[in-house]
Amino acid sequence: MHEKVLLRRQTTPALDLGSYLASGGFAGLKKAREIGAAETVRIVTESGLVGRGGAGFPTGRKWESVRTATDPERYFVLNADESEPGTFKDRVMIDVDPFLVLEGVLIGSFAISATRAFIYVRGEYRKEADLLQRCAKELEAAGYLEGLGPEGRALAIEIRHGGGAYICGEETALFRSIEGYRGEPMSKPPFPTVAGLFRKPTAINNVETVANVPDIVTRGASWLRSLGTERSPGIKLYSVSGNVERPGVYELPFGTPLRELLDLAGARDLQAILLGGAAGTFVFPQDFDMPLSYEAAQERHATLGSGALIAFDHETNLWRVAERLGSFFAHESCGQCVPCRVGTRRQHEMLEALAEGHGRGSERDLLVRLSQVMTDASICGLGQTASTAVRSLLDAEAKGLLAV
Amino acid sequence: MADAFQILIDGHEAIAHAGETILDVLRRQQVETPTLCTHEHLTPAKACRACVVELKGSRALVASCERKAEPGMEVRTDSERVENARRGVFELLLSQNDVSTAPALAAQAESLGADPGRYRGQRYEKGFFDDNQLYVRDYDKCILCYRCVEACGPDVQNTFALTVAGRGFDAGIAAGFGGSLPDSACVFCGNCVAVCPTGALMDRREHSLRAEGRWQEDRYDVVQTTCSYCGVGCQLELHVDRESNEIVKVTSPMDHSITHGFLCVKGRYGYSFVEAGAE
Ligand SMILES: Cc1cc2nc3c(=O)[nH]c(=O)nc-3n(C[C@H](O)[C@H](O)[C@H](O)COP(=O)(O)O)c2cc1C
Ligand code: SF4
Ligand code: SF4
Ligand code: SF4
Repeated sequence: MHEKVLLRRQTTPALDLGSYLASGGFAGLKKAREIGAAETVRIVTESGLVGRGGAGFPTGRKWESVRTATDPERYFVLNADESEPGTFKDRVMIDVDPFLVLEGVLIGSFAISATRAFIYVRGEYRKEADLLQRCAKELEAAGYLEGLGPEGRALAIEIRHGGGAYICGEETALFRSIEGYRGEPMSKPPFPTVAGLFRKPTAINNVETVANVPDIVTRGASWLRSLGTERSPGIKLYSVSGNVERPGVYELPFGTPLRELLDLAGARDLQAILLGGAAGTFVFPQDFDMPLSYEAAQERHATLGSGALIAFDHETNLWRVAERLGSFFAHESCGQCVPCRVGTRRQHEMLEALAEGHGRGSERDLLVRLSQVMTDASICGLGQTASTAVRSLLDAEAKGLLAV
Repeated sequence: MADAFQILIDGHEAIAHAGETILDVLRRQQVETPTLCTHEHLTPAKACRACVVELKGSRALVASCERKAEPGMEVRTDSERVENARRGVFELLLSQNDVSTAPALAAQAESLGADPGRYRGQRYEKGFFDDNQLYVRDYDKCILCYRCVEACGPDVQNTFALTVAGRGFDAGIAAGFGGSLPDSACVFCGNCVAVCPTGALMDRREHSLRAEGRWQEDRYDVVQTTCSYCGVGCQLELHVDRESNEIVKVTSPMDHSITHGFLCVKGRYGYSFVEAGAE
């Protein structure tokens, strides 16, 4: 049985600084201060930690490029926008261990010599924003922010409320939103590490990513590598929902078979799951033995995304599910580029026809064709992945895997 | 030249200069590249995606209008992915917009082999706005290229009367806060009209003549003159109906060193006052 790391305070959350310290908190930050920024980043790099927000970029590499940037003004941003359907692990992470998340933010800010740290919390997560605000105040009062900034200055932390749109979780749109503009993604390059928030070098990380950091710094890079698989070191949080007896957030080392997670959540006799959230893929029982790792998912043209798993029984019409996903993307597209603005609408219209069972017969071919246009030509990840689930459903249908 | 370097375009070597976009190089190499939103004097909006190319090392296609050329880049414009994406962009636009006053768009769509009937579905219905003396706005024709927003904003006019509002298919150009131009910050320079590629923004005169079936491009001569309202020296192109001697439209050449195609209300619409006074 895996001993919990990220969720170790789940049964008795540490909601004030005293109890966080009493249960071993801030050992990571203390060590980081002792060994310095460069060494801290080296440990994170060596641990093999990659971003848990969906893109899977190596965290240490991100931090190193900001740390070594020439511009003295640089920012650390915590992405707590979490707006993908079926994803709620960041919320639980904040609820049960806000100081662990903040310790991660402080270590990250220290590691890149951030002049300011921004915490961008999904608009609906009022409670979590308030909690983080209160905890950050407590840390400031207790002197924890002293000396973290450049040349020994204190770090300033700012909490921002999200713009209420899924697209604001995309890093460049999130920057625009903090800057006070419409949340529209920008092209990359330039990457955030070079020109991010206010066009300054910026490290942006997901909540779960930074929650890993204190333990990595305290226990060393080899500790994370002792968990998981060689190419996916460490642990992952999964948000499980749908036709299961025990929906919730689960923490497991990478490499755990999907079936084990389904058993833990009390899933029985499923038709399929949607793995990786709205931008993920449908996975059918024949693949339930797959290990949950980045490499195993990739081999099957699937994705772990941010770790969302929605389960569907045999009564579910998966085309109806696809129609809901299509509606989500059409609604959440920022509207900036043609392939996504018009494409998500056309996709949704075709999915509606298929779900209602009154398609013209040409929808399936057209969906594939459209998918290629959106994937290739959209500006950002939203349009590029808005048809991933649909494609996987079409493949499954061709193999005769659909129940209804 | 120190800042010149090589890139590969469809397997052929081409010279690029620091600061140039891939599109700049494609144009110089005479590689035909469809574009809709990009404009020589405006920041690339990279919104239409008509100019996408395949770039080695990049998973998605990239907008050539925005992406700067870098030494050693390998660009493909002739692949099936590129053709499919470009055609797709036009097919999607044809499925939503009235392109009857966008001949350049229609011509590019045709040369890419775009099928206007490929996609069916809800069309873009953003309404017709006739709320001022100088130009009308038919947003059913708008492809959301952002040109007007940029021309009205930091790129030219610094007036910021226009913004994009709404999300997804519901996104659209909005004037001021309430949608009415006279109530916005608009100074009626008409520079948004000058850059609009679809005829969604159209001078009142042109709109009325078209509505009456009296818009006849082949009857119009272009007369060059210098605007006499002030001392800046803007060059005007008067489009004059050679039979009636009416001025039907005033523009300025996009390559003029002073105007870059942009004017103020007096230069662009002064003729309306002149003629209104003469009547
Ligand atoms: C449409 C879209 C929405 C996103 N939403 C989130 C989000 O809510 N939270 C998040 O951490 N990352 C989100 N991302 C990924 C971020 O752009 C970025 O990669 C991430 O915050 C980086 O942190 P990480 O490296 O720690 O994962 C989203 C990406 C896209 C394309
Ligand atoms: S892909 Fe969609 S969400 Fe992303 S920039 Fe384009 S329209 Fe906006
Ligand atoms: S006429 Fe000039 S000021 Fe008015 S909206 Fe157009 S560009 Fe802006
Ligand atoms: S009104 Fe014209 S210039 Fe403005 S976004 Fe629409 S098509 Fe482009």
